Amino acid sequence: MSMKLRINVLPFMVLLPSLILMAVFVYGFIGWTGYTSATDSNALQQLSGQPARYVGLKNYEDLFTGRLNARFRIDLVNIFFFTVLFILVSQIIGFGLAVLLDQNVKGEGIFRSIFLFPMALSFVVTGTVWQWLFSPNSGLNTLVTYIGLPQWKIRWFISEAQLLEFHWNDLAGILIKILLGIVIFAALLYWSRWRSQTAAVLTGIAILLISLLTFSDLDQLTALEFEENHGFNLALIAVVIAASWQMSGYIMAMYLAGIRGIPDELREAARVDGARELHIYRHIIVPLLRPITLSAVIVQGHISLKIFDLVFTLGGGDNLFIDMPGINMFFVTFRGNDFARGAAIAIIMLIMIAFVIVPYLVISLRGEVE
Amino acid sequence: MKSKSKIILIFILFILGLSSQVVAQDDPSGDVEVFTWWTGGGEAHGLAGMIEAFSKIHPDINIVNATVAGGSGVNFKAVLVSRMLGGDPPDTFQVHAGQELNALWVAAGRMEPLNDLYEENGWFEQYPQGLIDLISDEEGNVYSVPVNIHRSNLMWYVPANLEAWGVTAPASWEEFVTTTCPTLQEAGIIPISLGQTWTQVHLWESVALGELGVEAYNGLWNGTTEWTSPEVVATFDRLGQIMDCANDDMNALSHQDALLMVTEGRAAFNVMGDWAVSLYTVDEGLEPGVGFAWVPSPGTDGVFMMLSDTFGLPKGGPNPEATRVWLSYLGSAEGQDIFNPLKGSLPANTTADINNPELYNAYFQAAYADWTSNTIVGSLAHGLVAPQSFLDGFYAIMAAFQSGRDSLTASSNAAVLALQTGMGR
Repeated sequence: MSMKLRINVLPFMVLLPSLILMAVFVYGFIGWTGYTSATDSNALQQLSGQPARYVGLKNYEDLFTGRLNARFRIDLVNIFFFTVLFILVSQIIGFGLAVLLDQNVKGEGIFRSIFLFPMALSFVVTGTVWQWLFSPNSGLNTLVTYIGLPQWKIRWFISEAQLLEFHWNDLAGILIKILLGIVIFAALLYWSRWRSQTAAVLTGIAILLISLLTFSDLDQLTALEFEENHGFNLALIAVVIAASWQMSGYIMAMYLAGIRGIPDELREAARVDGARELHIYRHIIVPLLRPITLSAVIVQGHISLKIFDLVFTLGGGDNLFIDMPGINMFFVTFRGNDFARGAAIAIIMLIMIAFVIVPYLVISLRGEVE
Repeated sequence: MKSKSKIILIFILFILGLSSQVVAQDDPSGDVEVFTWWTGGGEAHGLAGMIEAFSKIHPDINIVNATVAGGSGVNFKAVLVSRMLGGDPPDTFQVHAGQELNALWVAAGRMEPLNDLYEENGWFEQYPQGLIDLISDEEGNVYSVPVNIHRSNLMWYVPANLEAWGVTAPASWEEFVTTTCPTLQEAGIIPISLGQTWTQVHLWESVALGELGVEAYNGLWNGTTEWTSPEVVATFDRLGQIMDCANDDMNALSHQDALLMVTEGRAAFNVMGDWAVSLYTVDEGLEPGVGFAWVPSPGTDGVFMMLSDTFGLPKGGPNPEATRVWLSYLGSAEGQDIFNPLKGSLPANTTADINNPELYNAYFQAAYADWTSNTIVGSLAHGLVAPQSFLDGFYAIMAAFQSGRDSLTASSNAAVLALQTGMGR
């Protein structure tokens, strides 16, 4: 009995210091930030030693509906498009490089180092270098004239062009329609492939969504009293290029390790069965790499949702076409001295990142239990 | 044995007492942390020059030159606010005169009044009253020591280029938009160069001053001018017309890039503060009046839009006695004649040796005449007339205006912002 107790107590005691540190410096401060976001805390009030007043969700309401917080809504749209594109582009490039390096290239180590090297730089350096390269009247645009091409007129990170324009007020409707599309697609998939009952459940959800679209008045969901245009800013492409340039090598390293971990017997067996190289990748390697893809997407997702330094150095801070929530949070908190609103932006960023991380944790925990 | 150790003990105590007495009688000593965002160029040299000269006079006081780089002071302010909140104030820190000082630090009661220092040094007579008003509260307590004066409403050009292109510096923005700009555009010259968002705010304040006049411009900050009035909306429309005359890569350029476009002959004009002088004379080796020239920005002749770097004494600083000695030096004509020629600014102390052409070049001679004769107004972009919370929101308004050119939204948003940040109260 006492032996058992000691076994249980000892690991707990050893872990205790780090548990306490985590509890205070991670979760305690998250809680504190959450509390601050529900007050009207600002620098003047704090420096005068006055207590912050509790205001509930007012800061959040302001962020989503306030006239002066258009910048925050622009940030949300920007971060969405940036995250999707950044993950997509660096996954494709990273995987492509890994496959190429897997073909028994001579001097593989050299190539691997070259592709991995940008990872060693800080985002600040990357941002500065790419700012020079993307500068519209020098950099890449004029570099091409050295090889005889006409000068490019690309606006890069100061482009003001927008695709997929929509009004903020239509956002709810658009999201429901996208969700509807996904549900219907999944229902059809489940029905045609497996004739499973899931299809029926999904069809039910789809009918619910359709009735929501037709019977409820979506215009009543309007958050803003005025029209506000949003869209995919082409300037973000410049940021995606810079970020992918830095991160693709890392994705490549992850995939390369994964590919090397796949036993040769599997490939041999497939070849014996008459599979061509393309089929081997399509049906054996890619499915086996699924856990790696998942980890890579998680890593990239949280980098891109928190991005600050790259965009700050690339765009100078106040370029709204590539603005991100992290930059806005910094400016609101420390340039505007509005701690409460800054905390609210931070909490929203945390929630966005939780959407990426929590499913991953659930999946990996379930795996451990099994 | 025992008595011997007793004697030694008494001897030691005597020595200790003596030495502490010596320290108490002597001048203040120890470290003084001077906290600034002056990390490069003339301003860093100016500060270093002052510290060097100060150390020769007061060898016991060790000036610790602490700077935070980047973000035109934003990063600095972030660190400063955290340190002040955490109860770890620096001995003295850089702050712009006006609302940047008053609306936060003085309003929160974090600064020591420096009236005794002003009386001791005779500064009440040596500093212009208008400047002292900007750094005082209503009871007449003065809270900081100004080291320099900058002028914000200036338009820079190269005289030879203007002659070659057949234009003159416009007297009003109306003239610039209707005649100067089309003439230059036909010749393939960019009429006015512009940089990132803060330089656009900087341009707007000059445009607003030129279009509204002194009284209505001041009214924006004390609440007597409506932000939504047609006249204010018109200032944004005018800014839009000027932006149409500007380079289209403005958001990719720093203020230095934009200034250099003028001397490179790619652009005709640039509106920037007089820190342009040190870029042109020191970095580019140009002579004032020949290689480059200046006029007050259109419509602001006879008005001096100013900003000033000052240093205050925060409450609870570790070494206030020595800091007062440093501040006395900082405010003296002697200290300012070392700092300002290197930084490229006017001395705030009127007893400085402004007429010495070896220290102050032709630009500063002329600027000093304006400083002492013109109407003085404060700059928005540099924290003088509005609190930081307003300025932060105004950057976002300006960035949105620059791409959308919606003057009504810009002015009505500014009106809401002014209300929210408690301006004009």
